[in-house]
Amino acid sequence: MSIAPYVPIAGLLVLGALFALFSCTIAPLVGPKRFNKAKLEAYECGIEPAPVPAGRFPIRFYLTAMLFIVFDIEIIFLYPWAVSFDMLGTFGFVEMLLFIVTVFIAYAYVWRRGGLDWD
Amino acid sequence: MNTSGLAGLAAGGQPAGFGHDVWWIVLIKVVAAFVLLLLLTLFAVVFERKVIGAFQVRPGPNRKARGFGWLQSLADGLKLAFKEEIIPTLADKPVYFIAPVISGAVAFLSFAVIPLGPEVSIFGHHTMLQVSDVPVAVLVILAASSMAVYGTVLAGWASGTSWPLLGGMRAAAQMISYEVAMGLSMVAVFMTAHSMSTSEIVAAQAHGASLELGVFTTHIPSWYFIPLLPSFVIYFISALGEGNRTPFDLPEGESELTGGYLTEYSSFKFAMFYLAEYIAMVTISALCVTLFFGGWRAPWPISLWSGANSGWVPIIWFLAKTIIFMGVLVWIRATLPRVRYDQLMKLGWKVLMPVNLVWILILAGLRVAARNNDQTKYLVLAGIVVTVLLLVLVWPEKQKDDRTQLKREIDTGVGGYPVPPLDLVVPPNPRLKRLEAERAEEPVGAGSKGSAGSGAAAGGPSETAASGGSEE
Repeated sequence: MSIAPYVPIAGLLVLGALFALFSCTIAPLVGPKRFNKAKLEAYECGIEPAPVPAGRFPIRFYLTAMLFIVFDIEIIFLYPWAVSFDMLGTFGFVEMLLFIVTVFIAYAYVWRRGGLDWD
Repeated sequence: MNTSGLAGLAAGGQPAGFGHDVWWIVLIKVVAAFVLLLLLTLFAVVFERKVIGAFQVRPGPNRKARGFGWLQSLADGLKLAFKEEIIPTLADKPVYFIAPVISGAVAFLSFAVIPLGPEVSIFGHHTMLQVSDVPVAVLVILAASSMAVYGTVLAGWASGTSWPLLGGMRAAAQMISYEVAMGLSMVAVFMTAHSMSTSEIVAAQAHGASLELGVFTTHIPSWYFIPLLPSFVIYFISALGEGNRTPFDLPEGESELTGGYLTEYSSFKFAMFYLAEYIAMVTISALCVTLFFGGWRAPWPISLWSGANSGWVPIIWFLAKTIIFMGVLVWIRATLPRVRYDQLMKLGWKVLMPVNLVWILILAGLRVAARNNDQTKYLVLAGIVVTVLLLVLVWPEKQKDDRTQLKREIDTGVGGYPVPPLDLVVPPNPRLKRLEAERAEEPVGAGSKGSAGSGAAAGGPSETAASGGSEE
């Protein structure tokens, strides 16, 4: 395996990063600077904006992230299996069936416990 | 892939024609892809505004001095670059700066593996009309879209105020949820094409069935949206969610979150998010064309012309198909209202994902059944039947919504007028109940004992009324 085909991909990423970095650095320098206190306050977040970060946050977001990890790993297992599906034969199919059914049991459990509900 | 399968994956499975370009060809291709993407983005912004304008029976951008409005987005971008930049006092400055850079940089990445055409000749050097292709090209795209979540969530977090933070968190949860559905929808494509490389997926869609029309035989491209229709539908829906397009544009729901994660951004940093969003729109369309619509290959009637699929011509078909899909995205935006957040999550986790998994299993079972002519065929079919039965049996029951019942109790319906519920019932306070029980244990007076018993039974405000009334 050679690294050569990955170089242009990295090249485009670097080019995009340079463009973004350059324009985000230059733009504030060429624009006007007429600050006042009201301008620097939070926009449409209440008359007395309260700094909310670092406070409590709904657990749902955390749960979703955990579920994402579980199912993303399942997808990662599915990809090489799908690419070489015709080589693996019936054995590969039965193996993946068992794997998906196992994950599906966990999925049904999460569903029943309300882990997928967003109230 | 000639050396398909496990051996091919282990050996790298490098698609043919990539990885041995001269350095200046690589440079030309990278810069060309970058410029093409910028132009497509500028086009996409005006295109969307014009099409939305047509849908709403108004002109949209149409200034003659700016080429009938087609230069509007370029003018907007230049104007934004010379605007004052406001960094709110509450913002976390380094993260506030880095978030649009991440968004902008990563947005370009996906386009590196989108095939624009076949082999062409640049100044005598033969090269593929694609920046590069690797055995895991589609994973690169998925990785790029995962990285885009960082830009969004960091922007929301660094702004230091409520709406951007909520928008950022929503965006993160939505994008990862729909990435699961999107990733699963591609499995069927890999299974059929035996490859994850984009150029090979396009090549695999060229060999369709041949149709005999009297004297001559014609070739119909087997684009994957026909045999893999469920995958295509799921991909398209989840791509809308992944790219924050209407009806799933909740991270920027302006009616509830002002502007979502980019509320506090101004000047070119705002433009950078805007750019990333429209690049995502182009990428979604381009990937859809690549995976399900034959990539750069000419559509059927044109493909009869022998020159249609060689040289520089196919870039026309690719761009035409991509723009058609961008048009469909705009059409959806003009037609559908925004969904609610719980509906969004429900669709992603409870509909798209299980349907996708079952579809993959059915497809795999059918392929195994088609390959084996002996008894395994019936075994596999029986397996599918058992799986479907299991699904039906294990399928979770719909939970009763307690809130609707509560509402029915409150709504007394006075005189048929829509009266707002005035008797707000506060759920019984557990601490109060314990207090009542303690008071009932020590018999101070006979009257208080009786009121405690009735209060615990009735619950809610009647409890406080009972304890208040016991003083008299």
